[in-house]
Amino acid sequence: MSNNRNIRVVITGVGLTAPNANNLKEFRDALLTQKSGITQMEVRYMGKVAVGNCNFDETLYQKKKMRRRGTRAGSISIYCAHEALKDSGLCLDSLVNDRTGIYLGITEHGNVETENEIYELYQNNLDVSLWSHHHNPRTVANTPAGEVSLNMGITGPAYTIGAACAAGNIGIIHGMQMLQLHEVDLALAGGVSESTGTFGIFAGFKSQGALGSHDDPTCASRPLDINRNGIVVSEGGAIFVLERLEDALERGAKIYGEIAGYHINSDAVDFVLPDTQRQVQCMNAAMAKAKITANDVGIVNLHATGTTSGDINECEAINLIFGQSENTYINCTKGFIGHAMGAAGALELAGNLPSFTDNKIHSCKHIENVDPKCSMKNLVNGDPVEKDVNFILSNSFGMLGINSVLIIKKYIK
Amino acid sequence: MDAQTIRQKIIDIIADIAVDEDLSNLDDNIKLRDQLDLDSMDFLDVVMELKKRYKIEVPTEDYPKLATLKSCIEYLGPKLP
Repeated sequence: MSNNRNIRVVITGVGLTAPNANNLKEFRDALLTQKSGITQMEVRYMGKVAVGNCNFDETLYQKKKMRRRGTRAGSISIYCAHEALKDSGLCLDSLVNDRTGIYLGITEHGNVETENEIYELYQNNLDVSLWSHHHNPRTVANTPAGEVSLNMGITGPAYTIGAACAAGNIGIIHGMQMLQLHEVDLALAGGVSESTGTFGIFAGFKSQGALGSHDDPTCASRPLDINRNGIVVSEGGAIFVLERLEDALERGAKIYGEIAGYHINSDAVDFVLPDTQRQVQCMNAAMAKAKITANDVGIVNLHATGTTSGDINECEAINLIFGQSENTYINCTKGFIGHAMGAAGALELAGNLPSFTDNKIHSCKHIENVDPKCSMKNLVNGDPVEKDVNFILSNSFGMLGINSVLIIKKYIK
Repeated sequence: MDAQTIRQKIIDIIADIAVDEDLSNLDDNIKLRDQLDLDSMDFLDVVMELKKRYKIEVPTEDYPKLATLKSCIEYLGPKLP
């Protein structure tokens, strides 16, 4: 095992869809120019809510019939997987299908399809004989990854990893581990979410007093702002092509960065409330694996969802680790795209990866009044910061106390 | 109900299921699955839609009677409201 850990894994392709972009270049431009993707949508039983919906072409890589049969999460995954592969310079024909793995983090899957089916059931006077035979294949937890496998003809392992809102990072970590174990030779790994299709998630956050709102929907997601009022639910996906460094070099691949460190742990204290000490432990353990110290980290991308306790706990953790670190700049992404749930970690990492080449650190979406309890040195709030970056540390935390930290290193030949 | 109307109702259902297909030149005497990219899941969708839209129950043993448009018209004609 210790030898396997020394096997270096790199990112060689990125495919994504976010509420404000449908590829990495658009996404980077949007983050550098403060472009929000948050709009309003009518949600069944609830009325208008702020939401982050994506606007990619579902039929670019998928037949309409298969879209109808499958799920929104599957469709997002298929789009992102094709885009990632294209971006990597590979094509479907060049893949060894049984040596390719698909590992997708999800916060949840099946709520959308189940709610819709129950809604239809009530429209049909509870006639259960009209319950769709598509219900089970649409709602099994591996569906988003399985739809990619079916669409692309990939016969290697394809499954999802349920890890609440830490899942995007964990999909990537798992893909890396499977490459290190030589279970596969190429991994399509990341996170996806279709959560804006279910009223239950909006209603659940509202009942919890944690659903973000504002007359101007582009201002509804306000992490770290004293006037924030909760989470804006979004959908989206980001899938990375991961390869062992030696394989990537052999084919002359473009390398976005190397997975240098990671850690996953659990709070074991509460269903929803975060725990600062476990977050600190998680970040420290990830840096130890990467063999770096706080001052080596150029960017910390916060999980920061826009809830009071979530933001404050994380900022406490950041100040404990990076409070004395002159080189570390802090940003967050959810002000622009809302909380893309299982996709969040993967999308937010993607949005920062270009820092290795454009030497810019994108800002948070402008925070009018930073909560004093979220005050941090080098919080990027306004214009992007021009700076050479060597390490990006990305936090993603989730319900039931799961924490994940991913560290990406600039690849230098 | 005349045969043409029945035919159109069946095609309307297929159009919602085989959404990528051109249905303008279907041959009524050739099996639908030989003309269109339809699989068993699609076929179950057709049966489900007949039930939803027209309250027509198609028992499993009658599935072969939905093989062609011609046999569909013959089988469903007397059942359609």
